[in-house]
Amino acid sequence: MAKTPPPTLKSKPLSLTYYIPTSKTQKFWDGIKEGKIYTTKCKKCEKLNFPPVADCPTCLSSDMKWVELSGEGEIETFTHIPVKPASFQSYDDYTIAIARLNEGVRVLAWLTGVKLADTKVGMKVRLVAKTTPEDMLTYEFVPI
Amino acid sequence: MRKVAVIGVGNAKFGVRQDVNLAELTFEAVKPAFEDAGITGKDVDFVALGSVGAWYEESLPVVVVSEYCGLTGAGVVRCEAACASGSSALAMAYLDVASGHDDIAMAIGVEKMREVDTPTILELIGRAGYYLWEFHNFGMTFPAYYALHATAHMAKYGTTEEDLALVSVKNHKYANMNPIAHFHREITVKDALESPVIAWPLKLYDCCPVTDGAAAIVLASEEKVKELKIDTPVWIEGVGSSSGTANLTNRESYVGLTAAVLASRRAFKDAGVGPNDVDVATVHDCFTIAEIMAYEDIGFCRKGEGAKLIREGQTEIGGKIPVNVDGGLKAKGHPIGATGCSMIYELTKQLREEVEPRQRQVPLKNYIALAHNVGGTGHYCYVTILRR
Repeated sequence: MAKTPPPTLKSKPLSLTYYIPTSKTQKFWDGIKEGKIYTTKCKKCEKLNFPPVADCPTCLSSDMKWVELSGEGEIETFTHIPVKPASFQSYDDYTIAIARLNEGVRVLAWLTGVKLADTKVGMKVRLVAKTTPEDMLTYEFVPI
Repeated sequence: MRKVAVIGVGNAKFGVRQDVNLAELTFEAVKPAFEDAGITGKDVDFVALGSVGAWYEESLPVVVVSEYCGLTGAGVVRCEAACASGSSALAMAYLDVASGHDDIAMAIGVEKMREVDTPTILELIGRAGYYLWEFHNFGMTFPAYYALHATAHMAKYGTTEEDLALVSVKNHKYANMNPIAHFHREITVKDALESPVIAWPLKLYDCCPVTDGAAAIVLASEEKVKELKIDTPVWIEGVGSSSGTANLTNRESYVGLTAAVLASRRAFKDAGVGPNDVDVATVHDCFTIAEIMAYEDIGFCRKGEGAKLIREGQTEIGGKIPVNVDGGLKAKGHPIGATGCSMIYELTKQLREEVEPRQRQVPLKNYIALAHNVGGTGHYCYVTILRR
């Protein structure tokens, strides 16, 4: 028999929305609208970073250039999510993968267009830019 | 640096504790810790509270619990290191006494996670990585972070879903003997394998529960240990900490946690001992794969051989190195800010040879114990070595 839960007092609700500055990485988000994936390369130490950065964590230079990624890579690991957070409740179950791109950087994104049972470590994928029907700018992996 | 001893420990019953609020739950750990040490709140110079919060209503938990437990007036600070917040509080209190700045300090850990619903908990913990690049568009969950490691470990070393289940079976077995544990129910490999998928390949029984709990530790200098006539001080011999990148994509591999390797090395160096000297350990098994990676990262076995250790029963009482014989995060529960302090509670009891029931007491040879506490997915790691 289920126990009666102990008495509680309902708090005032709290809802938070943050406005995240993108001035220094706007090229990345604009690139998605053009169907391209850009990232930054340090002009001083030549380190390629993903996600893009305005300041180089390796040599601390702020002199960066934007480069377009080929998007081709190989899956290093993945998972599939049936139990979702509050803000993803309306989505179908999704697969998240980390792939290492040919340029050497790794990217974490959804993997679409392949069944979980057919998904394997080492699988070749392409990273593609995407604008969702809700106008969210994102990117995802698709099998090659 | 001065020698520092654990002189008092307390641990509230873990579980769904909607019968108490944040302060009342903390009191259940603090009062027994005072009694164990033979002190009162007035003797405490400094309090470090490990708590992540957001799932409970208070914004300034350390002042709320300090007032409730008679600690107001001590220097206080709240420490955040995600699931290693309790260990970060312990490190802070340890340094306060070791430096000679204060004579008696407390580390308290508390988390009250069950005041909000499960999707909200997944939302809050899912953001515990890099929000912008991992959560915003992709909805990472905490199980997902460890699932990515499980997939990689299975692909590289042949670790199986059955191996993961064995960790859960072991930890449920010991939790069943631990009065403060969240779960008192043994499970089988079949139960674990047939449980629903949470983040493939992790299933329900691969995941720690969402738990309310608190633990409290009193630390003192060697002079105070003598003055208070503490008969069984447990000395903090080594503290090691390290960190990993916020973005998982900036890690070199997903088969271990570099922060745990570095923190272990630092703690062993600090203590002047090695993995083979440890009699009993608590490791961060928030998910079953995390316990297997911990065996390897600490050095209880070579990289890739963690599954072999659990298959051979080497981490049970009577094995080469008993691990998580309190039930671990998996079955004792993981109130995230409390876990680090709860590990020290368990290891102090083990080193004093006062664990009840006696079947759960580990036979001691060197009287050395190790606590391995990870925050996030190797975003933080704290390793603490104790010796009686």
